[in-house]
Amino acid sequence: MNAVDLASSYDLIVIGGGPAGLAAASLAARAGVSTVLFDENPGVGGQIYRGITSTPVTNRLILGEDYWAGEALANEAEASGAVVVNGATVWSLDPERVVGVSIAGKARLIEARRVIIATGSQERPFPIPGWTLPGVMTAGAAQTVLKAQGLLPDGRTVMAGTGPLMWLLAAQILRAGGKIEAILDTTPRRNFLRASPHLPDFVLSPYFAKGLALLREVKAKVPVRRVSSVAAVGDGKLREVVSDRGRMPADLLLLHQGVVPNVNLALAAGTAHAWNERQLCFQPVLDDHFESSVPGIAVAGDGAGIAGGTAAAERGRIAAIAAVRALKPAAAVPDPQSVRQRLRREEMGRAFLDWLHRPADSFRQPEGDTLACRCEEVTARQVRETADMGCEGPNQMKAFLRCGMGPCQGRLCGLTITELIAAQRKTTPAEVGYYRLRPPVKPITLAELASLPISEAERKAVER
Amino acid sequence: MFKRLAEAGAAVALTVDGKPVRAVSGDTVAAALLAAGIDHCRTTPVTGAPRAPYCLMGICFDCLVTIDGVGSRQACLVPVSEGMKVETQQGKREAGR
Repeated sequence: MNAVDLASSYDLIVIGGGPAGLAAASLAARAGVSTVLFDENPGVGGQIYRGITSTPVTNRLILGEDYWAGEALANEAEASGAVVVNGATVWSLDPERVVGVSIAGKARLIEARRVIIATGSQERPFPIPGWTLPGVMTAGAAQTVLKAQGLLPDGRTVMAGTGPLMWLLAAQILRAGGKIEAILDTTPRRNFLRASPHLPDFVLSPYFAKGLALLREVKAKVPVRRVSSVAAVGDGKLREVVSDRGRMPADLLLLHQGVVPNVNLALAAGTAHAWNERQLCFQPVLDDHFESSVPGIAVAGDGAGIAGGTAAAERGRIAAIAAVRALKPAAAVPDPQSVRQRLRREEMGRAFLDWLHRPADSFRQPEGDTLACRCEEVTARQVRETADMGCEGPNQMKAFLRCGMGPCQGRLCGLTITELIAAQRKTTPAEVGYYRLRPPVKPITLAELASLPISEAERKAVER
Repeated sequence: MFKRLAEAGAAVALTVDGKPVRAVSGDTVAAALLAAGIDHCRTTPVTGAPRAPYCLMGICFDCLVTIDGVGSRQACLVPVSEGMKVETQQGKREAGR
């Protein structure tokens, strides 16, 4: 669909086509609510079900049954009557629920009575020495091209980090016939103490058996070393990975230390956020129906706080039920209690995983010449020294150092800058706060802006 | 750094900095660059350091390239198409792009 074919308003706009967005749009459309879903990627699925309708990886054992569960969600959305638009970049959302979207180089402002933000999560920044070298990528990046394009790491591949996704990707690479030289596990040993009170819930959760099986599968084929430092070394290109347990030559280093909510759009829309100390990230302040502090705007899925893909779908359904009830009180919706029950089951075991895989301070708060801001190439030392000079927050830090002002708009430095300032000034990230984000949250060209329809009154207002 | 598991899609011909590159339909520009073994797609405006795709999900903006004359496009979000002209970006942005 092209931008010009869109209606000027919809009852519900869903932003993001991962599990939360797909489930929300399907439920609302089936209840008779006019629904459009905008997704930036070429196909639906979000990150977890990336390429679900088009993947060339047809051997189902490689990506696993949890991946293929996404097929049902994609089919459901397709059959629901929701308008699903891929290749649609949402660059603005204001508190009056006007959505700025660009499709194939043409921009439109579309109004909605309700908006569900389902922009999901991103990988937590992993600021180690050399993390900007070609040859260093996130584990999620390697998983993305495996799912969507069937690309498999080739050459000497090393993984470093902590968290379930790292082990899942390792297993997928191995099943596809790939090779991993080593996994450098950065999980701090003392984390287990903090996690252990939550062990009983974890054992009863669906994660337990799957997690153990994955670990066994990977450890049978890949040497795993516990490390407390990791650096990527090379001149213009990765050559070796150096840790406190030695050096090894490498062509590809895949980094991962968990995921955090992708907050840019929700923050730019003016929704209140709060620091989550267990998950070490900011997340929106939401009510039981995932409604934010801005009326009519909900945030569902991992963007509401990390809980995983299956929980994301249930959260999307809860947000959609609330939207349908507000827009069309007589419409039939599924029983919210049973949805909540499934959500509670999916959320079981999360506390254990969060505490166990909480990255060490040294992997979140870099030192010296390590880049904190990749875009503007600002080092940790610069940030720490500027905080010592009296800089109190990330927005002031922008004025001093330009961190957060490059093309990624703080996505890969925001948490690092907040935490570095908090550490230097002996205060908390909650106190320091986050970058103030403003639209456009994705870059758009002047030509796209100029393609916005202009009314006669608007034209007369500026013409002499 | 990457190899293809299977050639599922139809061949798509691109050029990267004027040189022919064979991609597969369903590739994003970033995936095509990785599969072709192109080791970086831009150099930074600040120090001129080489960068390659890092996140492949629209977050990091390290895969910025010029596509059919339009600069600083996120290669990981743009599907390849026949005859597409991709150019790597060197240093600061050039006026007019």
